[in-house]
Amino acid sequence: MALNPPIDRAPEIAAAPAPDGWLTVVTRFCRTRPLGAVGAAVIVLMLVVAALAHVIAPYDPVANDFGGMLAPPSRAHWLGTDAFGRDVLSRLIYGSRTALLVGFGASVLGATLGSVLGVASAYFGGRVDLFLQRVMDIFLSFPLIILALALVAILGNTIPNLILAITVPMIPRAALVIRASALAIREMPYVDAARAAGFRHGRIILRHMLPNVMAPYLIMLTAFLGQAVLLESSLSFLGLGVQEPMPAWGLMLRGAAVEFAEAAPWMAIFPGLAISLSVFAFNLFGDSLRDALDPRLRTQ
Amino acid sequence: MRRRPALALVSLLLAVLVAGVLPAAPQDKPRAGGELVFVVPSEPPSYDAHQEETFGVMHPMAPHYSTLLRVDPTDKTGTKPVGDLAESWTISKDHLVYTFKIRKGVKFHDGSELTSKDVKASYDKILHPPAGIKSLRKEAYESIASIDAPDPSTFIVKLKYPESSILLNLASPWNWIYRADILAKDPHWYEKNVNGTGPFKFVEHVKGSHWVGKKNPDYWDKGKPYLDGYRAIFISNSSAQVAAVRGERAMIQFRSFSPPERDQLVQALGNKIAVQESPWDCLNFVSMHHEKKPFDDKRVRRALSLALDRYEGSKALSRITLVKDVAGIQVPGTPFATPPAELEKLAGYGHDIAKNRAEAKRLLKEAGVPDGFAFTFKNRGIPHPYEPLGIWLIDQWRQIGLNVKQEFIEASAYHPMLKRGDFEVAMDFQCGFIVEPDLDLPRFVTHSDANYGRHKDTVIDDLFSRQGRSTDPEERKKILRQLEKRLLDEEAHVIYTLQWHRIVPHLAKVHGWTITPSHYLNNQLDTVWLAE
Repeated sequence: MALNPPIDRAPEIAAAPAPDGWLTVVTRFCRTRPLGAVGAAVIVLMLVVAALAHVIAPYDPVANDFGGMLAPPSRAHWLGTDAFGRDVLSRLIYGSRTALLVGFGASVLGATLGSVLGVASAYFGGRVDLFLQRVMDIFLSFPLIILALALVAILGNTIPNLILAITVPMIPRAALVIRASALAIREMPYVDAARAAGFRHGRIILRHMLPNVMAPYLIMLTAFLGQAVLLESSLSFLGLGVQEPMPAWGLMLRGAAVEFAEAAPWMAIFPGLAISLSVFAFNLFGDSLRDALDPRLRTQ
Repeated sequence: MRRRPALALVSLLLAVLVAGVLPAAPQDKPRAGGELVFVVPSEPPSYDAHQEETFGVMHPMAPHYSTLLRVDPTDKTGTKPVGDLAESWTISKDHLVYTFKIRKGVKFHDGSELTSKDVKASYDKILHPPAGIKSLRKEAYESIASIDAPDPSTFIVKLKYPESSILLNLASPWNWIYRADILAKDPHWYEKNVNGTGPFKFVEHVKGSHWVGKKNPDYWDKGKPYLDGYRAIFISNSSAQVAAVRGERAMIQFRSFSPPERDQLVQALGNKIAVQESPWDCLNFVSMHHEKKPFDDKRVRRALSLALDRYEGSKALSRITLVKDVAGIQVPGTPFATPPAELEKLAGYGHDIAKNRAEAKRLLKEAGVPDGFAFTFKNRGIPHPYEPLGIWLIDQWRQIGLNVKQEFIEASAYHPMLKRGDFEVAMDFQCGFIVEPDLDLPRFVTHSDANYGRHKDTVIDDLFSRQGRSTDPEERKKILRQLEKRLLDEEAHVIYTLQWHRIVPHLAKVHGWTITPSHYLNNQLDTVWLAE
């Protein structure tokens, strides 16, 4: 008598669901988070406009046209001209390049360096953690704009320096958030296993911990994008950012735009709208992304 | 929207018309009384004008002091010396001895009587400052061999060589006459205290807020001043300055407003405001480092000047910033200014801009400068008129194939940068207190500390020296035209942009004040009166 029935067929094991295609993910995101989708659409539009600025812009953004100074919006100049006769629309289009270059550059650098420091701080703990966190506290004690202003004043106002000046105040903010997530991951069995297997610290941090803080990283990144665009505009408005005649939104709000606010309001309105819209779009997208990626919010 | 600029323009024209008439109207009888309230955009670092160079000292404090000579307060060119403490003067035939008769009965605000001893002591401090005391303009008096006060009413200046500008130099608004006894006891006393012989006595200075003066009843010019007193309010922010005049909390700001600010005031106040305008003895010019390639080549420097469409630039930029006239080495309308016909002969001053730019491109090609050549233009981080001029220059140079990046340097770091020679091409600046070649041009001689472009040109040195010693105005003009051609055309050591333009809108009730090309002049307020 056979104790065990013969195995005539494989036991039924639930197959892992196939990963969704990007189209499905996008569709689901748009359906469940319409505001985030609007934000994403604006960001994509900005990216396209920035990439094709030289094709789209109707005029050279730095060419003076003294015959057409302070012209109101018209068919020739849809958004009017500034005090030098430069086409406001063309300067807005080219200005999106500056905003996105500085915005993406500073946010990616800030969030990435902050993440590495945050994870390392959580992983090593003890004195390393204590030291790194106190350094971060010092940086956090300065308001974002004050620190960026000080750095630009010291380093000078070239585009790379501007990116660096915006990056530095973002690092401790990213490090703080990422460290909190990394502290939980540090206690995971697979991290213990990696330690037991004798892997080096660098490998454990980069291969096993960093990929698992990707959700807060992406959330921080999108949150920083809006802040970075705003900060770049603020610095340019204060004369410490991008320099004339290079087109930049904050720069367009400065100088003659203030003096001619009553006579030629279009000089200030349109760059102001561009800054507001882009920051709003980044924030909408960032909030929706956080809602989608944060498991606690997802279960709610 | 379209009607508003037209309305503003009409109002502006009316205001300028009114302004042109008001100060000169002979039927206007000065009225005594009232307090003049004016805005000063800067504060005095100390109270000693001999050691200072900011209008923050001149505007609130000049009414307390007198000078040996002064510039005629009714002369729009600001180039006519008249007596202040000097009642009269004589000049020796060889132009080497100037003898001044000092007014009698002039009293300091502390009640002591002024004599030539006080004039000598003040000039001694300027010419030979004691240790630890600065004298910012002593180099302007290098021609003076000696000064003397042989009796209480005589002051004598002896020169080493004839100098045509000496009288105007002695009319410097900075050379306040101090009391000899006080200077003898403590040469630093005037840095923190006030005691002059001017039309107004000191009342109070509240730092960050205001400066107050009251009428000096013992002023030597009987019947003056007309005002009971004045109050200078310190406001650094330009929007707040405009708001103060717009709200009639201040009557005038003596430095200048920008064209848009003027238009705002005219639009808001209509016939309650008058506007006085004048070419300004200030200038932005471009310095090119003569030790850095390719700017060591005069063809390149000339090309940069030829690229500028100054006449179109003048029309456009005068709408948005503090520049206007196309000028040579002297302010238009003043005795040694370049006649327009002469000016047009200089490189970059001709009206055919296409021809000029074709020549500029040819020169660049000949000098081996490739199309699209890039360099950095350093500019001072001050809104007016530096920033608009910088944008204009870069656009003009772009049109001859140059690719110029602008770098703004914070104002306080700017002059150290120029002195270090840490630039290829940079915006330079000068502002004079009296329009006079001897005062405006010394920076262009080879060994001047302000020769930031580091050119070496003995021809210019010689021409400068010769014009200063020439006592015949016609001969002097000829030499100045040669110097100008050499400086701006043949060698193009520097590139002049556009003459600054001074715009002083004031409440129409302010009378008796005439604009001049310098904001350091005409601040004693003895002739000013209020119509209501």
